[in-house]
Amino acid sequence: MSDLYLVYKNLTRKKLRFFLTFFAIFIAFLMFGALTAFDSALNAGVELSADNRLISVNKINFTQPLPISYVRKVQTVEGIEAVAQFNWFGGYYKEPRQQVMTFAVDPATLLAVYGDDIAIDEERYDNWQKNQQGILVGKAVADLYGWKVGDRIPLHSNIFSKQDGSSSWAFDIEGIYTAKYPQADTNSVYIHYKYFNETQSFGGNFIGWMGIKTLDPKLNEQVIKAIDDMFANTPFETETVPEKAFNQSFIAQLGNIGLILSSVVFASFFIILVIVGFSMALAIRERTNEIGVMKTLGFSSLRIFKMVLMESFMLIFLGGIAGLFTATYFLGFLNNAPQFPLPDLILSNDIILKAVAIMVFLGLITGIIPAVNALRLNIITALSRR
Amino acid sequence: MTDKILYDLRGVSKEFVKGKEKITIFDNLNMSIKEGEFLAIMGPSGSGKTTLLNLLGGVDKPTSGEIWFNGSRVDNLSESQLAKWRAGNIGFIFQFYNLMPMLNAERNVELPLLLTNLSSKQRKERVAAAMELVGLSDRAKHMTSEMSGGQQQRVAIARAIVSDPKLILCDEPTGDLDRKTADEILSMLQLLNRDFGKTILMVTHDPSAATYAKRTLHLDKGEFVEKELTT
Repeated sequence: MSDLYLVYKNLTRKKLRFFLTFFAIFIAFLMFGALTAFDSALNAGVELSADNRLISVNKINFTQPLPISYVRKVQTVEGIEAVAQFNWFGGYYKEPRQQVMTFAVDPATLLAVYGDDIAIDEERYDNWQKNQQGILVGKAVADLYGWKVGDRIPLHSNIFSKQDGSSSWAFDIEGIYTAKYPQADTNSVYIHYKYFNETQSFGGNFIGWMGIKTLDPKLNEQVIKAIDDMFANTPFETETVPEKAFNQSFIAQLGNIGLILSSVVFASFFIILVIVGFSMALAIRERTNEIGVMKTLGFSSLRIFKMVLMESFMLIFLGGIAGLFTATYFLGFLNNAPQFPLPDLILSNDIILKAVAIMVFLGLITGIIPAVNALRLNIITALSRR
Repeated sequence: MTDKILYDLRGVSKEFVKGKEKITIFDNLNMSIKEGEFLAIMGPSGSGKTTLLNLLGGVDKPTSGEIWFNGSRVDNLSESQLAKWRAGNIGFIFQFYNLMPMLNAERNVELPLLLTNLSSKQRKERVAAAMELVGLSDRAKHMTSEMSGGQQQRVAIARAIVSDPKLILCDEPTGDLDRKTADEILSMLQLLNRDFGKTILMVTHDPSAATYAKRTLHLDKGEFVEKELTT
């Protein structure tokens, strides 16, 4: 027998109370794990944004096009390493509900700008560059539809149509890319801009936006000014911003998800604080006589104080760890769900560390008052209470 | 019993303040207990029996005077020093057993040994010996709630002796028991005193319980009124 055993026996002596408080903590940490991972996945684009990458869009609105000639002009700006171009294709697979995030790009420049994020076999990438009807597919999409290299698949556009009137393009899968970071997105596919531009009937030689890589993040401001000045007072003025800011503003359009999630998590932890704090205070009050007996037998007040505090920590940590453990399985289940729209939801080390910090805080706050009461409890007073 | 003084109370006074009133429990009380004694303290309610027991057990301190135990003064020890002293020298037996309901019998007995440096194996051996002495070896794994009052008090006795203290303090140890069971418990205390040399101080209301002791002191209004009823 040890102090820890005594603490455990005290904690579990009232099974129903233990179960209910444990369950409340379990649910709170399950929510914390799942919601924080969700928030983190939403913000993954922001967090993984490279400091030396910029996005240049039409100043009116990012859905408005820019002339293709801008790419060549921007490449001449001092301080720029590479420029990639993007067109939103608005693709879906067989049915409109089977959305596929498809971008028409120039294969020659895509990796020059996004090579730090995209992992792809060089030979496959070369094959894709050579085949104008080739398509580069993200692993998440390939897994979802069971696509593999060599497959020829149809993709429809809900925006563009071909010159023959159909909205279906056929593509050869030349490569399946993965992400260099666990939370990076592999939900996109890339097609050749040239093939897209030549076959679509909508009016060509326009792009959606440019992804720009600068030689050094310190040059960002200078490059932004140079680009936007270059196209000032033209029919297609640009607004160039760091990629991080662009992604942030994109997420902000969904509403302040972070605030909503934080509020839910805060409310659940506040409730835990009240429930567990009350439960601990009640449990220790009920055991006043026993604490008196232990002190009489020779257990020091400090040792009793530590045992009460340990009981509170044990309760919070048991519920918290069980909650986080279940959250891991829950997130794994979501990640494997078909058509799950977000990058992988991961219970990262950061989230686990935050959860442990919250557990320590809750353990301390809920246990400190009963522990101090037990510390100060006079033996004669305690023994007179039955 | 030897002539060695185990306990010595010198001019002990104890006062309580209740509201604006000062209540004197003892005023200049002197007494000594020899090693190996079995002493019963009797007296009506409010006579100061429990307060005396608290002072002797180091769970309360006198307002003035000195308490000496085995040649060392103990009334001036700090709370943590007193806790250590109690763990090493005193065994307690209470009227209502005061066992830990979430622990089985042998774990209850093991409790004071958590305050020692004994290994787990040594603790188990000590617990087994104490349980055997009180005749409960076969019920060691039982929860105390499954036991009769007499059995629970025997577990409490095992807990009191497991760390081999010099002195056992009993507060109405048979107050919650029927006559037959009370006699069994008192016989056990007598055996501990006679065969194992334990010094026992027992506070009781029960005159027949006091007959098991070697010496009885009567306490009334904080004073010993009739001395040395030696059996």
